[in-house]
Amino acid sequence: MEILNEIRFSMPSLSANESAARAAVSAFIVQADPTVEELSDIRTAVSEAVTNAIVHGYRGTSGRIDLVLRLLPDREIYIRVRDGGCGIADVKKAMEPLFTTAPEEERSGLGFSVMESFMDRLSVRSRLGQGTTVTMRKKLAAHGS
Amino acid sequence: MKVDIKSENGMAIAALRGEIDHHSAKSAREQLDSFIINMQPDVLSLDMSGITFMDSSGIGLIMGRHKLMRECGGRLEVRGPQESIRRVLRLAGIERIVRII
Repeated sequence: MEILNEIRFSMPSLSANESAARAAVSAFIVQADPTVEELSDIRTAVSEAVTNAIVHGYRGTSGRIDLVLRLLPDREIYIRVRDGGCGIADVKKAMEPLFTTAPEEERSGLGFSVMESFMDRLSVRSRLGQGTTVTMRKKLAAHGS
Repeated sequence: MKVDIKSENGMAIAALRGEIDHHSAKSAREQLDSFIINMQPDVLSLDMSGITFMDSSGIGLIMGRHKLMRECGGRLEVRGPQESIRRVLRLAGIERIVRII
């Protein structure tokens, strides 16, 4: 993978860091001059991934969340969100729209649906007891198009 | 997120400002629920024109208030969301359940 630019950061699984992660993503991808809609899509997808790590990955516990943001050739944005939490027993089921294990917290079960629909590619790898890694990519529209 | 609620003759408007995520939804939820339970309005209108960001936490916030308003014999509606917010609402199919103006 040819990487034009990259930042990595790590943060504790505090819900206040949901907005901090979005702010960092905005600051990084602005160099690629995204449209307002593209920026909003990416911010929303990152917010979902980080919230999943906090609410589900580290449910009842705490830990660190590692983010990697990359700018790839052809105006492609790559984002990886990794937690070392409890992992997902059945990733396929977890990705079904409206499936949630936290209805009492009013989680709608739409996190992965938002990531899938707002990004071009989504990959979720998880191991029980070891954590979950969400990787997303989105190609920004060519300038002038 | 800031919540500012005004009420007159059973019609209440809650102006929401800022960003809705899992972190900010919690206090908004508590504020709105306390108002609904104490004031029992006929209609609660969530004015979302001042919301600049919303992820799926906003869907839970709206659906939870919709359910509580119904249980209290009232109705919830959503007003003025920006286009980026409307896209999240559409994805969730909220417009089939809650009136969006």
